[in-house]
Amino acid sequence: MEIRVNPTRMELNRLKGRLKMAQRGHKLLKDKRDELMRKFLELIRENKTLRGKVESELSRAFANFLLARAVMSTEVLEEAVMYPLAKLELEVTELNMMSVRVPKFRASLQDEQSGSVYSYGFAATSGELDTSIATLAAVLPSLLRLAELEKAVFLLAEEIDKTRRRVNALEHVMIPQMQKTVKYISMKLDENERGALTRLMKIKDIVRGESA
Amino acid sequence: MSMYKVAVIGDKDSILGFKALGAVTYPVTSVEEAARTLNGIVRERYAVVCITEAVAEKIGPQLEELNKKKLPAVVLIPNNQGTLGLGMLQIKKNAERAIGADILFGKEGR
Repeated sequence: MEIRVNPTRMELNRLKGRLKMAQRGHKLLKDKRDELMRKFLELIRENKTLRGKVESELSRAFANFLLARAVMSTEVLEEAVMYPLAKLELEVTELNMMSVRVPKFRASLQDEQSGSVYSYGFAATSGELDTSIATLAAVLPSLLRLAELEKAVFLLAEEIDKTRRRVNALEHVMIPQMQKTVKYISMKLDENERGALTRLMKIKDIVRGESA
Repeated sequence: MSMYKVAVIGDKDSILGFKALGAVTYPVTSVEEAARTLNGIVRERYAVVCITEAVAEKIGPQLEELNKKKLPAVVLIPNNQGTLGLGMLQIKKNAERAIGADILFGKEGR
């Protein structure tokens, strides 16, 4: 299954250069894949434990919230959370992880002066709501980190997939094909050379026979 | 540095608490509403979108589209009825895609 090429010395040289480059690229990509994999394993372990933690804490916050709903009327509850003290805004920076760009979030949470997360007076609301919101506020940094991690894990997985495809394509298709072609050309060139040699010997014989 | 917002999508009872923290909440009840909300969110400057698993389950394909972009980052959160395990499943899928085998959950004997 060699590529159709002219069996010439120029073609042979060109191919040899390409083969060398493919082999170097293959090695580099393989290293890249290994490093990506190492990073990925690190991240996905953290991702798993963090998700477990966040999920259980969120469930706890929700349970408290359910209690708050039960003891308060819907109107009061909605009124209580209607105007938050601060808008939750994120500063997004980019982190370069093996040339995979992953986002990084930093929150500017809470009112700086009071340090409080409660957007309501304590008179009309129940204690359950306080607990619920305190739990939620506590879980928020982890939640943001989780968002960051899951994105990074997803992007890394994609990159690993892509890199692995390239490595495999080089290893199992490109490089063997080129090696085969190089072999084909050099065989052909050798054959031509032998052909030329025998032809010369034959002619020499004929010439000698005539002169004798 | 420009600021980004945080959105929370889910059933009203589950996400009301996030409103107190200053996140933008989008209570949804139907699949169409969820899809529409998500479309609107993509156009604005959101960095993180939290979606309850119950809602995410129904708009899976749209979320997958979103996952490929750099922002926003989508996080699945449980709703007030507990977790459906979709978030964990996503981790597992990612692991399988990158490594070719499930390494994290295999030991638990599935």
